[in-house]
Amino acid sequence: MSEKKNWPLWEIFIRSKNGLNHKHVGSLHAADAEMAIENARDVYTRRMEGVSIWVVESEHITASSPNQSESLFDPANDKVYRHPTFYNLPDEVKHM
Amino acid sequence: MKAPTDYAHLEDQFQARIDAEEKIEPKDWMPDKYRKTLIRQISQHAHSEIVGMLPEGNWITRAPSLRRKVALLAKVQDEAGHGLYLYGAAETLGAERDDLLDELHRGEAKYSSIFNYPTLSWADIGAIGWLVDGAAIMNQVPLCRCSYGPYARAMVRVCKEESFHQRQGYEIMLTLARGTEAQKKMAQDALNRWWWPSLMMFGPNDAESKHTAQSMAWKIKRFTNDELRQRFVDITAPQAEFLGLTIPDEHLKYNEETGHYGFGPIDWDEFWQVVSGEGPCNRQRLKARRRAHEEGQWVRDAALAHAEKRRQRQAAKNDQKVA
Amino acid sequence: MTLAEAKYQYLLRMGDNALILGHRLSEWCGHGPILEQDIAMTNIALDQVGQARSLLQYAAQLEGKGRTEDDLAYKRDVMEYRNVLLVEQPNEDFAYTIVRQFLFDAFNFLLHKSLVHSKDEHLKAIAEKSLKEITYHLRYSSEWMIRLGDGTAESHQKIQAALDDLFIYTGELLTPDAVDQAIFEAGIGPDLAALQPAYQTKIDEILQQATLQKPEVKYMQSGGKDGRMHTEYLGYILAELQFVQRAYPNMEW
Repeated sequence: MSEKKNWPLWEIFIRSKNGLNHKHVGSLHAADAEMAIENARDVYTRRMEGVSIWVVESEHITASSPNQSESLFDPANDKVYRHPTFYNLPDEVKHM
Repeated sequence: MKAPTDYAHLEDQFQARIDAEEKIEPKDWMPDKYRKTLIRQISQHAHSEIVGMLPEGNWITRAPSLRRKVALLAKVQDEAGHGLYLYGAAETLGAERDDLLDELHRGEAKYSSIFNYPTLSWADIGAIGWLVDGAAIMNQVPLCRCSYGPYARAMVRVCKEESFHQRQGYEIMLTLARGTEAQKKMAQDALNRWWWPSLMMFGPNDAESKHTAQSMAWKIKRFTNDELRQRFVDITAPQAEFLGLTIPDEHLKYNEETGHYGFGPIDWDEFWQVVSGEGPCNRQRLKARRRAHEEGQWVRDAALAHAEKRRQRQAAKNDQKVA
Repeated sequence: MTLAEAKYQYLLRMGDNALILGHRLSEWCGHGPILEQDIAMTNIALDQVGQARSLLQYAAQLEGKGRTEDDLAYKRDVMEYRNVLLVEQPNEDFAYTIVRQFLFDAFNFLLHKSLVHSKDEHLKAIAEKSLKEITYHLRYSSEWMIRLGDGTAESHQKIQAALDDLFIYTGELLTPDAVDQAIFEAGIGPDLAALQPAYQTKIDEILQQATLQKPEVKYMQSGGKDGRMHTEYLGYILAELQFVQRAYPNMEW
């Protein structure tokens, strides 16, 4: 690994249209947060892909571990009662 | 540490996921060789994008109309962007961009040899867009389905943006081909010089390609070099005909039986010569990249130093508030 | 001088400023200090060449001799160019690029803030689009002035040196001449002299944050916008810019 200090890595999230969530689009390097936003504007919205930008220094992101993915996500598998189709209602009932 | 038996089991599981067309993500377990192969391929790809800016960048200040100038600027800028996406994908595998750049600058990393050829006339910008970007697209579209998630996603973005590049090049060629005698000559000369290097872009013949089998099994690669090369020739030959230009290959001929164009032998000596660093522009390209990086050092340092000063000032302000 | 002539000259000035500065910036493409900045500078270059096209198209249309944006860009020689001297200065290093950009952006921003109220509808429309871009350019160049000025000792020294060299070219930006006066009186553009205080305030504000010294200038250099004089650099810019059109005249590209 290099000894020199480099510009830190930032993760970029873009809201593509008003009303949508910000979505991760990639990463880039910048010396500070403002520069990260400007760089993100130049790199990831050259073709009008966005209306709002979030930047987070990559090292501040905590990710779930794939080793735990079974314990984290499989239990939701059988919780069908969280979905509307679990409940049977006669067709005559409207607006539900 | 895992026991060796566990390791074999992990590899089987890994291969099973690949076979099921599941994407591999950065934190997933992966064989060391898979990681290394990807870092090598993605970084070579990224280097190709940024070295590729140089031959075309050459003509930005000389573009013959303002319309052509903005198109070329936007195209070369896209290449910087593509380099950036790809370095980003490599960084998800734990390879830092700066280390990868150091390898490039030391002359240890490879990049696409095509960019070691000179751009001598405006028609070369047309030929690069048409042929080089055409060949690149052929290589890149299958990579959108590559097994490694961040690489595949970067490639989706790249391919989306690349779609105008080839059209830009072909339009330049078309304008020249329909122009004056001098312009036609310029276009034919560009085709003569860029045709064979473009065919070499697909890499050595399958029999010679040492990485192909494993990369196909890992679904990093979806088609062999020769398959892609053939597809390129099949698509490009009629395009040349439409331009009224002659592809510099006396063996090039459509074969009714196979439905493919046959073509003459590639000069692999030239290929290996350029790959080994002895092409017409290898030295200039590396020098230009190295210089940009070295001369940018004080700029990068200054931005970091300023960011640090601001952090400290902010921290001091916050301390005062608390006190 | 008729108003039509003044307008034509005025548009040439603006168009040439945008074109030549865009040309200088575009020289960085592929050679920037870091990939992200390569992309950023190219974006500004694209904005500027785009603005140049709109302005030169309009100039050609006003001229009424059937010329095009490309005729104006590719077939005028040094003494027919009307850009200010500042924009043709070379990229000695990144510091020169940033100082040149900042000194020009600060002027260009004020100019366009006035032009969005122009009585000339066409120029007004161009200015409205450009102002958004220039607002970003000024932000970009101001931030880099501050970063480099208040960065390391080396960057401070480099940007101060660039500022010392380039400041002599700021005089002609806001010194009105007959063309500017005619444009002002017709309600098409601002009274340039009246923009001086705001320009100096902006410069002072950024130099102060950047911990830089404003150079003491005895004599300002001028002559670019009125066509009296250029620096030798412009000839080389045009030699490159116009090479293909000059070597292969009267062809479509």
